Amino acid sequence: MELLERFAAGNLEAFEELFRQHQREVYAWIVRIVRDTGIAEDLTVETFWRIYKCRVRFDPAGNFRAWARRIATNAALDHLRHSRRETDLPEDLPGASAGDPAIRRETRERLKRAFFQLPPKYRLVATLALIEDEPYDAIAEAAGISVALVKVRVFRAVRMLRKNLASLRLEVTTK
Amino acid sequence: MNNGKNEQEIKELLKQAIPPVRDTDLRRDLWPQMHRKLEDRPAPVFTVPWFDWALAAILGAALVFYPGSIPALLYHL
Repeated sequence: MELLERFAAGNLEAFEELFRQHQREVYAWIVRIVRDTGIAEDLTVETFWRIYKCRVRFDPAGNFRAWARRIATNAALDHLRHSRRETDLPEDLPGASAGDPAIRRETRERLKRAFFQLPPKYRLVATLALIEDEPYDAIAEAAGISVALVKVRVFRAVRMLRKNLASLRLEVTTK
Repeated sequence: MNNGKNEQEIKELLKQAIPPVRDTDLRRDLWPQMHRKLEDRPAPVFTVPWFDWALAAILGAALVFYPGSIPALLYHL
């Protein structure tokens, strides 16, 4: 019996083997969404817990990696929905452009605040597409939505961020 | 200003405000934590909610006491 078949049949050893094979990849995906190592570890365990609970629904002929990523994305999204926690802004930011450092610092702070105020489903795609440079099709597959909807959500997230910055009377241009 | 330029501008500013996560390596094996969770909350293989059992009981009773309802039930299935 193959590993995935044994897992779907409820074999705990098969589940452990799958866990050890995929935990790093699942963690790496989640930490890029939630941006906190401790939370990402907890959500990795939560993801595999959901995977184990839903094992009877898994088709052993299917793609476990894609299925796990979808569940991980949902777990991360649930976390974003229930949390408004912000990550700390590092002192030494990469790629800082020229210009008044005080204005740049304030713009970054305002933008960061606006970003964390985005509705979770927009924040999810914006994080992956705009910050982490994930391809739209990978985001679509992980989130269980179409590529067109990913584009719409990125567009709307950008519009919300611009509006938020504009309302704060900050000019959104790299000086 | 077109959408592409808008997006690119925001993208550059965002990356300055919130840098991409570079260190995505898992530092420890999470299996012990997973194993503890499985022991604390064993996942049920298959459960039927109580109201499904109640519905089945009501339906069964109806079929026993009113056999005439069987054709109507079959028609609506």
